[in-house]
Amino acid sequence: MRNLPSYEELLSGLSWSLAERELGYQPGEPLNIGWMCSDRICRLGQADKLALIWEDYLGNEKRFTFDDLRVLSNTIASFLVELGIQPGERVCLFLDRVPELYIGFVGILKTGAVAQPLFSAFGDESLFVRLADAKTSAIITQKKHLHKVRKIREELPELRHIIVVDAGDSPLQAREVAFRMEQAPRVENFAVYPTTAESPSVLHYTSGTTGQPKGAQHVHYSIVSQYLTAKIVLDLRPDDTYWCNADPGWVTGTSYGIVGPWSNGITQVVLDSGFNAERWYEFLAKRRVTVWYSAPTAIRLLMKEGTDLPRKHDLSSLRYLASVGEPLNGEAVIWSEEAFGKPFHDTFWQTETGSIVITNFPGMPIKPGSMGKPFPGITATVLNPRTYEPVSQPGVAGLIALRPGWPSQFRYYWRNEAGFQAKFKNGWYLCGDRASLDADGYFWFMGRDDDVINTGGHLVGPFEIESALLEHPAVYESAAVAKPDPVNMEVVKAYVTLKRGYEPSPDLELEIMNRIRKRLSPLAMPQEIEFVDSLPKTRSGKIVRRILRCKEFHEPVGDLSTVMNE
Amino acid sequence: MDELTKMVRDYVIKEYLEEGDEREVTETTPLISGGIVDSFSMVSLKRFLERKCSIKIPDDDATPQAFDTVQSIVALVRRFQQVPV
Repeated sequence: MRNLPSYEELLSGLSWSLAERELGYQPGEPLNIGWMCSDRICRLGQADKLALIWEDYLGNEKRFTFDDLRVLSNTIASFLVELGIQPGERVCLFLDRVPELYIGFVGILKTGAVAQPLFSAFGDESLFVRLADAKTSAIITQKKHLHKVRKIREELPELRHIIVVDAGDSPLQAREVAFRMEQAPRVENFAVYPTTAESPSVLHYTSGTTGQPKGAQHVHYSIVSQYLTAKIVLDLRPDDTYWCNADPGWVTGTSYGIVGPWSNGITQVVLDSGFNAERWYEFLAKRRVTVWYSAPTAIRLLMKEGTDLPRKHDLSSLRYLASVGEPLNGEAVIWSEEAFGKPFHDTFWQTETGSIVITNFPGMPIKPGSMGKPFPGITATVLNPRTYEPVSQPGVAGLIALRPGWPSQFRYYWRNEAGFQAKFKNGWYLCGDRASLDADGYFWFMGRDDDVINTGGHLVGPFEIESALLEHPAVYESAAVAKPDPVNMEVVKAYVTLKRGYEPSPDLELEIMNRIRKRLSPLAMPQEIEFVDSLPKTRSGKIVRRILRCKEFHEPVGDLSTVMNE
Repeated sequence: MDELTKMVRDYVIKEYLEEGDEREVTETTPLISGGIVDSFSMVSLKRFLERKCSIKIPDDDATPQAFDTVQSIVALVRRFQQVPV
């Protein structure tokens, strides 16, 4: 028996107040996600239930009950308070998928500070941009990533504390402090800061077409959406063992890798390992995973290995599969039926929405390749891109738009009011994606509405890449665009013109690729660099990425009247 | 350790191992599953091997499994060194 049986029943019977009631939240009272995910679950009599089973790539395992989660998050919170961290200050988590990342997130929220998780594969430039913009007060990291922080800390005067969770005997420098979560004196009681529904909770950075990444600010009330969507869309039940593949450096990894499952009192498992099909199947079988939230890129990598490999493992525990990050192609849905005997359910949402907004629900007929329908409580449509009025005819492309006001909607872009206002038109929030609606009300994804590159389910901004490219001594001009890719949906391709005295060569291409990978991240590294004599520009000198993107996708380029050199 | 193995191992250490990562990279250290090289970074490693060894590795053969250890990478390179480019 699933949590709710049909889409029609969901539409008629579901409201956000149901989540408030189930969470025991009364409007106007304090609301703290950290407390909700740990202390509250213990008070419900589940202190001894496992909250987290963690395993690394070598098979080493750690187990934490909800009481461990409560006490260890108290311990981290207490440590932060002793350092002088104040409510509202940003504390960055820059960690691999180690237990300190998950428990630290809960601990930061308990202090009233804002958790700012960042992907640990970010290079020093990506890290710097986000810490400088957020004026981050403290960063929690590991020895292996410390060198990146040390490179930039002199330019970050607000960064008062660099907390190293595995320092061991390594010598630390100014502003650095060691903290070993499991060796620190356990703090049984901590006065959780009485945040309210609108207190800031999590700051996630996301990329746009122009300028540097923007910090989408969420509030503690977002738990209402995350709790309910985790329960209904992911169909989480008390006895489930849940695995979310996403890294908490991205929003999926916090909304559904921490808050969603733990606010529901669900046991989750984490594999701190890179992709390896055999290893993943072993893990699913060994941990008897029942609900698996993955991503199309991972599914397509698994598809490459065929259906024989999953059949070698006992995957009979799997009950429900879901996917997020980019559109799930129909072939992947059909393959998962063959490989696992059940389909992956596509879910659509983004950093700014904070929770799933359009999805294929349990109990709803799946149209392979479709995004599904809006979650009850979400009003979604496609808008005419010129009038910003809803498109009335089925099958006609438009902009995916949501009526503002759901609980986990971001409240603002950090120090970027203009960017925030630009996301709203005619009373709708614009997601930045294009889709069409069919006659049954299903959404069909068509692509981004801007120059942002969706690679492996992560958004990468062209501006950030181009800025880093221009730092290379050989590069005169550059344009970063999306290029279609069978596994990652899109990858980054860079068009580059060289300064006088430099010649294109494979060695130069590799050098530039590696430079971007280290400065920004592997995701931002161009998978291909094309050296050209000139780039298409408007008469005012602005590079027209659209033409290059269309070339990659073999699409018509449209109106070229404003372009100078094409 | 033969020359090819040493070249691959040294390149992985120089280009992909985080400065603060104290792990020893041997011929059998898991690179992809161990988080030293990810599936995106694999492209630059593939490009390096193709350049240095004058080979072409088809995308279908450039799998995370094939790139998971120095040993498996060397085996992959040797396979394609026998194929005319």
